[in-house]
Amino acid sequence: MTELDVGAATGPPKGGPRRVRTRGGPGVPLPLLLPALIGLAFLIVPLVALLVRAPWRSMPELLTSAEVWQALRLSLVCATAATAVSLVIGVPLAWLLARVEFPGRGLVRALVTLPLVLPPVVGGVALLMALGRNGIIGKSLDDWFGITLPFTTTGVVIAEAFVAMPFLVISVEGTLRAADPRFEEAAATLGASRFTAFRRVTLPLIAPGIAAGAVLAWARALGEFGATITFAGNFPGRTQTMPLAVYLALQSDPEAAIALSLVLLAVSIAVLAGLRDRWMTAG
Amino acid sequence: MTETPDTAHGTRDARAPHRTPDARGHGPDGSGTGLDARLVVERGAFRLDVALTAAPGEVVALLGPNGAGKTTALRALAGLTPLSGGHLRLDGTALERMPPESRPVGVVFQDYLLFPHLTALDNVAFGPRCHGATKASAREQAADWLGRLGLADHAGAKPRRLSGGQAQRVALARALATRPRLLLLDEPLAALDARTRLEVRSQLRRHLADFEAVAVLVTHDPLDAMVLADRLVVVEDGRIVQEGAPSDVARRPRTDYIAQLVGLNLYRGEADGHTVRLDDGPSLTTAEALSGPVFVAFPPSAVTLHRDRPAGTSARNLWHCEIAGLETHGDQIRADLRGELRLAADLTTVAAAELDLRPGAEVWATVKATQTHAYPV
Amino acid sequence: MTRTARPTGRALQVAGAGAAVLLALSGCSSSDDSSSAASGSSASSSDELSGTVTVFAAASLKESFTALGEEFEKAHPGTKVTFSFGGSDSLAAGITGGAPADVFASASPKTMKIVTDAGDASGTPATFVRNQLEIATLPGNPDTISSLKDLTGPGLKVVLCDKEVPCGAAAQKALDARGLTLTPVSYEQDVKSALTKVELKEADAAVVYKTDVHAAGDKVEGVEFPESADAVNDYPIVQLKNTGNAAAAKAFIALVRSAQGQKVLTGAGFLKP
Repeated sequence: MTELDVGAATGPPKGGPRRVRTRGGPGVPLPLLLPALIGLAFLIVPLVALLVRAPWRSMPELLTSAEVWQALRLSLVCATAATAVSLVIGVPLAWLLARVEFPGRGLVRALVTLPLVLPPVVGGVALLMALGRNGIIGKSLDDWFGITLPFTTTGVVIAEAFVAMPFLVISVEGTLRAADPRFEEAAATLGASRFTAFRRVTLPLIAPGIAAGAVLAWARALGEFGATITFAGNFPGRTQTMPLAVYLALQSDPEAAIALSLVLLAVSIAVLAGLRDRWMTAG
Repeated sequence: MTETPDTAHGTRDARAPHRTPDARGHGPDGSGTGLDARLVVERGAFRLDVALTAAPGEVVALLGPNGAGKTTALRALAGLTPLSGGHLRLDGTALERMPPESRPVGVVFQDYLLFPHLTALDNVAFGPRCHGATKASAREQAADWLGRLGLADHAGAKPRRLSGGQAQRVALARALATRPRLLLLDEPLAALDARTRLEVRSQLRRHLADFEAVAVLVTHDPLDAMVLADRLVVVEDGRIVQEGAPSDVARRPRTDYIAQLVGLNLYRGEADGHTVRLDDGPSLTTAEALSGPVFVAFPPSAVTLHRDRPAGTSARNLWHCEIAGLETHGDQIRADLRGELRLAADLTTVAAAELDLRPGAEVWATVKATQTHAYPV
Repeated sequence: MTRTARPTGRALQVAGAGAAVLLALSGCSSSDDSSSAASGSSASSSDELSGTVTVFAAASLKESFTALGEEFEKAHPGTKVTFSFGGSDSLAAGITGGAPADVFASASPKTMKIVTDAGDASGTPATFVRNQLEIATLPGNPDTISSLKDLTGPGLKVVLCDKEVPCGAAAQKALDARGLTLTPVSYEQDVKSALTKVELKEADAAVVYKTDVHAAGDKVEGVEFPESADAVNDYPIVQLKNTGNAAAAKAFIALVRSAQGQKVLTGAGFLKP
C-alpha cells in the first residue's frame, strides 16, 4: 500500500497542484486522486453494503432452497449458451467488418452495436415484434414449424444473445484490426485458402481478444433482465433467471433477495478472478 | 544433408536430396521454362512497367531506390497485388488470374512474418500441410529442411526466441518447403545487424545457388545484389533503367542512382575521339577514343585536390571548384564539390587537414585520363 | 507562493461539485418539512389547493385513476396529479423503501398491510372499490374458452399474474377453490403486463380483472367465470404519512370515494365497495 502524506511539506514542485507523496515515485496530484477515490468508493461501497446487510444467520436455509438453485442453474446454462451463440455468429461477423470492404460497412457496424445502447426492455419488445408468435419471422416459424420462442428457455438464450453479442463483436473486431493482416498474406503464399488462413493463423492470433469478448458477453448475458422478462416471461425453472428471481424476491422476501444477490456476486467474482490475467492482457 | 560447393548454376542434377516431385508436379532437376513476365501495375499516379525474364536456377536482383516499385513488382509476382496489365508466365503456366495460394511461388518477407503461435517446425510444416500432407509427413519434411539450413536444434523454438539470422533461415525454409518454382525474397537481409548480415549473406548465397528454380530478390543494398545475384535489374520510378551482370552494371552505370550506389562520379556527354564534351559544360579527356553520346565515370578516389592551380600537371582534366560539403566516409573524408563540375572526391583526413578544407573553400580538382572510363550510352 | 491556497481550493471545488451533483439527483421530489403537520383542514374549498399529488396505484386502476386525476386538476386549478402504476406488491415495497408518495391505492388488503405494518400510512385504509377476475382471450375467442377449467387445456398458452401480485393471488384462490392446477407460460409482474401478452397475441389467454378486459376494448375478448365471485379483491386506499401535500392528498381520496368518483370507477367495471 502506498503512503499518503498529504500534509508533507517536503518541497513539492513549484506551481501546479499539490502532489501527494507516495512511496517510491512521483506524487499523485490531488485533483486526480480525490475523484478517483470517490469513484472507487462509489463502486465498492454498495458491494460491501450487500455483504454487511446479508442475513448471514438464515443464509444456509435460504441458499438451500430449490428455487435458488433452479434459478442459478438456469442462469448459468442460458448465459453460457448465449455466449456460445454469440461466438459462432459473432466472430465471423467481426471478421467481415474488419477485413472485408463493402459499401455501407460503417452503417452496418453502427447497427451491430445498437443493442449496446438500446435499453434492454426495448430490445425485448423488438424481439417480440420479430420473433414473437405474431412477429414478422416468428409468425412463419409458428405456422410452418410450430415453433414459438417466447416463454421458452430458448427465448431466454435469444434475448441474452441479442444484448450480449455486440460486446463480443466489438472486442473481436478491435483485435482483428490490430492484428497484422500480413500474416494472412504470408499464409496465402504458403498455399492456404482464405478460410484456412483464418482458421490456422488469424484465429490463434486473436484468441485473447475472443476470450475477452466472450467473458464480457457472458457477464452481460448473466445479468440481463429487461429483454428476458419482456420476451421470455417469467416461469421458475424455465425462464426465471437469477436477476428475475432477485427482483421478485425483493417484493415479498428481501432477505431472500439479498441471499440471491450474494450468490450472483460470488459467481461473478469467481469468473472474473479466474480470467483476470487474460482479461487484463487481452486486446 | 551436406552443404554443396558454390558452383555456377549449371550442374544441379545430382544434388537435390529429395527425388519426390514438388506440389506442382515438376521434377527435381528444375525442368520448366522459368519466368516470363511483364508486370504492369497502376496505383494512383504511380505506374510500374517492367519486363522480367529468368531461367530456372537464375537469381535475379531487383535493385532500386525506395518507391521505385521493386516491392510492388514482387507482390505482383506473388499475387498479393493484382496486375493492371501485362502477363505472368511461370514454366509455361499463366499465373495472372491465380490467387496467391494457387501459385507455385514462395515468399521470404522482409520481417519474416513467422507465425508467432507456432514453433519453427510447425511454421515450416505449414506450407506442406496446406498442400495436403498429413501432420506427421509435413513435420518430417519440415525437420528435414530445418536440418539442411542448420537449424535442427531450434525446431521446437517459437519465433520470438530465435535470433535474427535464425529467423531468416526459418523463413527461408518455410518458403522452400512448398517447393516453389519461383522464390521471392523481399530485402532478405535488411532486418539484420551488420555483423549478422555478413554471415547470413554468404549462407544465403549458398542456399540460393542450390535452388533449382527462379529466385528474384529485392534489395536496395548493392552489396547484397553483387553477392547474391546472377543478374541485376535496376528499377527506378517504375521502369527498368539498366540490367545485366552485377559487375557490368557496377562498372558502367547508366543513372546517377546506380553511380551513387556503386560510388562513382557519372556524367553524360558527346565524345569526339579522346575528348568528351559533357552535358554540364566542361570537357573531359578520357582514355578511350569514342564518338557519339557516351557516359563517363570515375571513382572519387581518383580525384586529387589542390589548393592552388597546379602548374605543369600531366592531368588534362582540371576544374576549379568550391567545397559544397564534407563528410566522413569510412576512414576517409568525402568532399562534395561544385563549380565548373559537380563531383565527389575522397581524401584522407591528413590530406584534408593539410589542404585546410572547409565548406566554401576554393580548390582545384584533377583526374587522370587513365582513371576515367567512358562507354557508349 | 500560493502553494497551500490554490491546490486546496481546487480540491474543494471538485468535492463541492461532486456533492452538488449528488444532492441534485436525490432532491427530485423529496418531501419538505414545510407542509407536514399544519394543513389538517378539509379540502372542500377548491381554491386553497395547489401543488403536486403523487399517487401510487395498482395497475388495474390505470384508466380510471387517470381520468379522475384529470377531473381533480380541472376542479382544483393549480394542482397536478402524478401517478405511478404497477404491481401492488412492488409499489408497497417501494413505499416502505422510502419512495416519495402521497396516496396509495392497492389491489388487495394484503399488499396494503405491508404499508400499514411499516407505519407509513396515515390513518386507516378504506375500501373504495372491489374488482372481480375475468378471463381475457384473443379476439373472437378462437380457442372457445368458456370456463376456468378450459384454461388447463393442453397446448394453451395462459399467462397469470405472479402470486405476490393481488391479481395472481386471487386467481390462485379461484383455481384452488375448483381444485384445478394450471401451469401458465409466465407469471407476470402486474396485471397490465399479463393483459399485454394477450393483446400482442403472444399468449392465448390471461386471468385479469374485469376492468382490464373493459379497458382493452376489442383487443381482447372477455370470458366471465363463476369462480371469480369467490375471489373478489377489495381495493383499499390510504393517505401516506410522508406526504408533502396532505390537503391535496385528502382531497383526492375524497374524490375517489365520492359519488362522482364511484361513477368513473364503476363505469370502468369495478364493483361497488
